[in-house]
Amino acid sequence: MTDAGMTDAAMTEPGKGAALSCAGLSREFGAVRAVDGVDLTLPAGARHALIGPNGAGKSTIFRLLAGGLRPGAGRIWLDGADITRSSEARRARLGIGQTFQHSSLFLSMSAGDNIALAARRRLGRPWWPLPTSGRAERERADQLLAEVGLAGRAAAPVALLSHGERRQLELAVALASRPRVLLLDEPAAGLSPAESARLAALVGELPADVALLFVEHDLDLVFRLATRVTVMHLGRVLVSGTPAEVRGSAEVQAAYLGTGAREDLFTGGAT
Amino acid sequence: MIGRPGSAATTAAVAAAVAAAVVLALAAAPLVLAPYAVTVLTRILVFALLAMSLDLLVGITGLPSLGHGAYFGAGAYAAGWVTLHASPSGPVALLVALTAGGLVAAAAGCVAVRARGIFFLMLTLAIGEIVQQLAESWHEVTGGSNGLYGIPAARVGGAALVGDQAVHWWVLAVAATAAAGLWLLASSPFGHALRGIRDNEARMRALGYRVYGYKLAAFVVAGAVAGLAGGLLSAQQRLVTPAELGLGTSIPALLAVTIGGAGTLWGACVGAAVVVLVRDHLGASLGGHGSLLLGAVFVAVVYLLPGGAARALSMPRRRG
Repeated sequence: MTDAGMTDAAMTEPGKGAALSCAGLSREFGAVRAVDGVDLTLPAGARHALIGPNGAGKSTIFRLLAGGLRPGAGRIWLDGADITRSSEARRARLGIGQTFQHSSLFLSMSAGDNIALAARRRLGRPWWPLPTSGRAERERADQLLAEVGLAGRAAAPVALLSHGERRQLELAVALASRPRVLLLDEPAAGLSPAESARLAALVGELPADVALLFVEHDLDLVFRLATRVTVMHLGRVLVSGTPAEVRGSAEVQAAYLGTGAREDLFTGGAT
Repeated sequence: MIGRPGSAATTAAVAAAVAAAVVLALAAAPLVLAPYAVTVLTRILVFALLAMSLDLLVGITGLPSLGHGAYFGAGAYAAGWVTLHASPSGPVALLVALTAGGLVAAAAGCVAVRARGIFFLMLTLAIGEIVQQLAESWHEVTGGSNGLYGIPAARVGGAALVGDQAVHWWVLAVAATAAAGLWLLASSPFGHALRGIRDNEARMRALGYRVYGYKLAAFVVAGAVAGLAGGLLSAQQRLVTPAELGLGTSIPALLAVTIGGAGTLWGACVGAAVVVLVRDHLGASLGGHGSLLLGAVFVAVVYLLPGGAARALSMPRRRG
């Protein structure tokens, strides 16, 4: 029924209808194969979680997909077009948005200016050399800040925001460029239960055609949000399927959840 | 939301009013100051424009350059040569200086802005030294180590710029206009993008910005404005030597930006005044130990006022 039924052969084609897909994606660091022959297919509207213990290669996959890192082998397609050799900036212009595992904001600026910088690239003329009213960017920033739960904080300097507020702002910055594919690397890391719940609600409100791929250690959140879960182990895909299939997988239980790694999975979650 | 554009406009209006008052005071200065003091003030203005152009790179874009003297010198030589051999017009000389600074910066920037941090610093240093070598060896055009001398007074609006007052007003008019241009640029979406690159280049890339293009554009604009400052130097000194291109210019300019507080533009002007006064005037009364004194001032500023004069004046420092 779903893309769970796709064969490996189908995935080596630039997946029809897929927003983002990759095949045979690999990357080595010295002797370590951080990512080893990974196939992923995200149809438009996907809510796809990537889980696995630290060192499984999740963040490396993100960097390969977003273009911050070049793969040693494999190919990546965005809406059927091969973007394997495209720069990170070009992929962003084509519609890939991302947030990072560690906060990546413009620390000397206000929350509103962080979003304006992202929004303006999308709204047009980010290179304009004379002052502008900036009204469109400001309106967009206010709207996004309200959406992520930071209403009225546009003038707040980022340096004075709490960790949780910064994670919310990260998401607003990523959404400001209206991505068609959104890559979120541990969006709930360090969030309080209330902030985590707000994040879940926000992801639920994403436009239906946005494909979401996220790495998350909080399994409750993963099983609440994801319609598809891929479990990574040592750079490879261990299991990929619906949340129920992954939960019920003896392979995952034995190789991963049963080894004491479950506690590790919760380190980023609520206490 | 409603309060923000209003308060931003108020801040801009206050800044514009202060800037206008400073320009008026500088314009009135020749009427009350002794001729020598006017000359010093004019030199500070030229150096302040150079420092502001460097601040666009260092403070706003986050590219610390050690070769900014090359573009200043290119402008000075170009303006001097044009005034000597082609046209006595002051505006023409400045236009040529601006273009020369921008072209040399474009050539250097293609290579330099691909590098980051210490590599960028070393590349700009190396390019600066190459340009200085060129100035010393290309006798036919630059006059070699003697430089260009006997440059006639530039003509502006039909009158020759003779006398300290006329030169001062010409330099002030041009420097103030260029400073306003830099300020507008820094306040624009383009300037915002440059600050984004300074804060977090990787994030800018991830947002889809062509970082290389922005950095190169900033490098060329900074070079062009430095060239314009060089053109003003040529109009004031009527003598251009290879010393204007080298580290003797690049380092004091970087000191001025650091002392004044990088990233504010006006801080660079304060820093430029400190550098010229300490090195050339206080230093002269200490038996020519100006550079030593300047070094001491620099060390003191780095320890006592991190962020420079601008930061110290505009926000309280936090201790970690």
